[in-house]
Amino acid sequence: MTRENKGIFHRIDWVLVVLYLSMLLIGWLSIYAAVYDENHYHIFDLTQKYGKQMVFIIAALLLAMGILIIDPKFFSQFTWFIYGFFLFMLVVVIFSGREIAGSKGWFAIGGFGIQPAEFAKMATALALAKYLSLQDIDLRKYKNVIGAATIILIPALIVMLQHDTGSAIVFLALVIVLYRAGLTGFVPLAFIGLPVLAILALLINKLILVAILALIAGGFYFFSKRKIRTSLLILALFLGLSGFVFSVDYSVHHILKPHQQNRIEVLIGKQTDLKGAGYNVNQSLIAIGSGKLFGKGFLQGTQTKYNFVPEQSTDFIFCTIGEEWGFVGSALLVILFTGMIVRLIQRAERQRSRFSRFYGYGVASIILFHFAINIGMTLGLVPVIGIPLPFISYGGSSLWAFTILLFIFIRQDSSRFELV
Amino acid sequence: MERVLAFRKYLILGFILLIASIFLARLFYVQIMVDKYILSANNNVLRYMTQYPARGLVFDRYGELLVYNEAAYDLMVIPKQVKKPDTSALCSLLGIDAEEFRSRLQKARAFSPYRPSIFEAQITRENFGFLEEKLFLFPGFYVQPRTLRKYSYPVAAHAFGYIGEASPEVIARNPYYRPGDYIGISGIEKSYEEVLRGQKGMKIRVFDVLNRDKGSFRDGKYDTTAVAGIDLYATMDVQLQQYGELLMTNKKGSIVAIEPSTGEILCLVTSPSYDPNLLSGNIRKKNYAALLADTVYVPLFNRALMAMYPPGSTFKLVDALVGQQEGVLTPETRYGCQLGFAIGNGKKVACHPHPSPLDLIGAIQTSCNAYFCRVFKSIIDNHAYPGTRKAYENWRKEVMSFGFGKKLGIDMPGELNGNIPSPAYYDKYHGVNRWRSMTIISLAIGQGEVGITPLQLANFSATIANRGWFRTPHLIRAIGKKDSLIGEFTTRHQVAVDPRYFEVVVEGMANVVTAGTATGAKLDSVEICGKTGTAQNPHGKNHSIFIAFAPRNNPKIAISVVCENAGFGATWAAPIASLMIEKYLKRTVKRKDVEERMIGGNLINGKYDDDQRKQRDLSQD
Repeated sequence: MTRENKGIFHRIDWVLVVLYLSMLLIGWLSIYAAVYDENHYHIFDLTQKYGKQMVFIIAALLLAMGILIIDPKFFSQFTWFIYGFFLFMLVVVIFSGREIAGSKGWFAIGGFGIQPAEFAKMATALALAKYLSLQDIDLRKYKNVIGAATIILIPALIVMLQHDTGSAIVFLALVIVLYRAGLTGFVPLAFIGLPVLAILALLINKLILVAILALIAGGFYFFSKRKIRTSLLILALFLGLSGFVFSVDYSVHHILKPHQQNRIEVLIGKQTDLKGAGYNVNQSLIAIGSGKLFGKGFLQGTQTKYNFVPEQSTDFIFCTIGEEWGFVGSALLVILFTGMIVRLIQRAERQRSRFSRFYGYGVASIILFHFAINIGMTLGLVPVIGIPLPFISYGGSSLWAFTILLFIFIRQDSSRFELV
Repeated sequence: MERVLAFRKYLILGFILLIASIFLARLFYVQIMVDKYILSANNNVLRYMTQYPARGLVFDRYGELLVYNEAAYDLMVIPKQVKKPDTSALCSLLGIDAEEFRSRLQKARAFSPYRPSIFEAQITRENFGFLEEKLFLFPGFYVQPRTLRKYSYPVAAHAFGYIGEASPEVIARNPYYRPGDYIGISGIEKSYEEVLRGQKGMKIRVFDVLNRDKGSFRDGKYDTTAVAGIDLYATMDVQLQQYGELLMTNKKGSIVAIEPSTGEILCLVTSPSYDPNLLSGNIRKKNYAALLADTVYVPLFNRALMAMYPPGSTFKLVDALVGQQEGVLTPETRYGCQLGFAIGNGKKVACHPHPSPLDLIGAIQTSCNAYFCRVFKSIIDNHAYPGTRKAYENWRKEVMSFGFGKKLGIDMPGELNGNIPSPAYYDKYHGVNRWRSMTIISLAIGQGEVGITPLQLANFSATIANRGWFRTPHLIRAIGKKDSLIGEFTTRHQVAVDPRYFEVVVEGMANVVTAGTATGAKLDSVEICGKTGTAQNPHGKNHSIFIAFAPRNNPKIAISVVCENAGFGATWAAPIASLMIEKYLKRTVKRKDVEERMIGGNLINGKYDDDQRKQRDLSQD
């Protein structure tokens, strides 16, 4: 027990902590640059977003330290309680919450808004890790797959009811955890393949696409052992995918809301209305692109300083970095995020407890999803989905939720030798 | 199983690295490979605000201000900031209806909802004062100061020319001009455009997404200030110009007066004309259309430079000069005249009764047709040349050395060449070697194919006044400072006739006024030399022409007067020229009766219709 006597701070993964702290600093400076105002030039000015973000950061650091001194067993033991609590909060907020930007997911506490959906991701990651670490859980069994899917989908559906589609989709990132835990590779393949097929369905003639699918199906049939079961499976898949191809077009034009339709049409290049739906992405690209190699310099970004980019302190914060720090700064941030996610996976793999390992994968999946969607959106690679960039975007809920998410894992990781 | 699943770690890591690589590649493309985004970023925030310089002023030869600028205002609109309810009030202020208001706003919005467009151009100071009081009520509208061209005297419209917005073609050709810039379109405004316009300045300011001014770009490091246009000193005597236009009331024609020793144009009257203030500012379009539509007076036609007339008997002076130069004529040469000159086939060039035979001076004085037909014939049939064609070519060369048949190069756009027919023309018309002196004998008396502009006639008069040379006629003598003369106008052009042949012609011209065809032009105190002419006009009454210079020795003014449809040259053109000379040399005109008669003469509406005299005019002249 000598290790324990050395104290918690000698055993935590300082790489993750340093990555975390550097992102907080980058975020704070970027928010300062994004909303910089000569009348309020002081970065500690509490009336401004950057002053508030400083308060959020201090609170987040306190939260992180608090988590580090909690007994690591607490989280695995109270998982279901935590999960249940946040599910309840998600429901309560629908009825008593405040509506911000069309989403009903906010509690108003004092001057701040708290968004339970941000914390629910952490609770779901915990619950999923707990479920997967139970005895006899085998994701080759449908029963267990349904159980795991239920844990993920319940909060996702409630968040959907809050009209916060972006946050709801984030829960689906946890499929990576299931994949690592033994779920068939077809599911993640479908997660990646179906969006690609959907985009193809919108871009090229549907009959040609179905013909290509038929050829592929025929190929599989030809090279398979031609058992009746395989043939039926191939036929079913072919029919299912063909149906999907036709339903995509219908859904986009009849089920999605007009603003969502526009976002998709802009993304696939069918619409170039730069004053309407394409405005955000175009201005975002102008901001990032005008940064060139070294950027315009701190506080010199004209696109962000003069408000051409919308939501620049929250969802489009990456524009500020791209414009003021150029390719060098943007690439550095991409590398920081990639480093954090890769580090999380590596540390998760070292866990002796299944709970900690799957939780680590959960943390990595959620951060990866936010990173991929948020930066992909500012670069015009994915549709505009309003989710924040972890640790960087302005906002207390998001920062605290990600801090808790990350530090629960750092705490588990620091005590991996204590648990069996 | 567990090992299979552990392998999945690498698939997941690979997926993460794939996403990171896509992002890095995309960033590289957007930030390093393409330039369109940085251009768009500059377009977003930077506004280049033109500082318009004041256009150069124009002074007359005595330093009197002729053309100046008055403050005017462009009403600008930023469509995005316009609030709807105000439209009717603003409409009534501007005197437009709601429909017009909507269409202008629509046009501005089509250009850009966030950037200013001109809503109403060139509002005068009086109208602006009224608008200014109420302007704060209309968000989205503001005024931009511009200048309006003003003219002290309502004269010399064609000489000054006018300015207008640069056309899309001009903008495409010349990158200096931007939409909304003004450019000289005719007259000296056009020919001295680059001097007068000055240098535009540019202020670069930064605007945010709501089009709020955020101050100057990089503290004005890239700003430039406007440089005012350079002033011009004209050769014109505006009093003389004004008097000339008065004399030409209700007459079509022109008066061009030149100071012989310098080539400076003292007046450039073309009639009918218009008040140059009519083509300044936002009334220009309407007025221009009205002037263009006037097909009776054709006020936009600059007759002094662009009308071509057969010079009539004034051209006999050319015969006299070239004949002497070619050695086929001496002052003592005498030819008889029996009311004309037979040209074969029973036809003849008629002449009027006068003593016969005459010497050269007498022939000029009486303007004898027969005499100059013989002179011309002897020039063309000169045995010193191998044939008609060669002799004609030589004649033509010497005639053109007087500035006939080609542009003189006045500092104004639109000047015509005039016409001294080429041998090729006669080859084509009559056939090669099928024309000789008698075929083209009408040239001797300035009729037929020959065409001369009033400017060329005045220059011819100045050339005789100088006894054999001229300086290119010009309207602007100095740029910037009164004494910094324009170099290209100081060159002396020597004509092909030796100066010693001129004195006898001058003597003849003096006699024209004292005892010849133009005694109506006589001025007691000054010796005027002149020559009448009548241009045949196949479309109506003949044109009255008179050229003159005075005083005989050390001449101060050379002049040409053309009165269209006025008949015999002595009746209108000669007295008008005489009055102009008196006005210029004496500053006041004493012969009020002549003056009154000339001003009152209405030759446009045919009051003095005496068509039957048409043929007689010619033979008398």
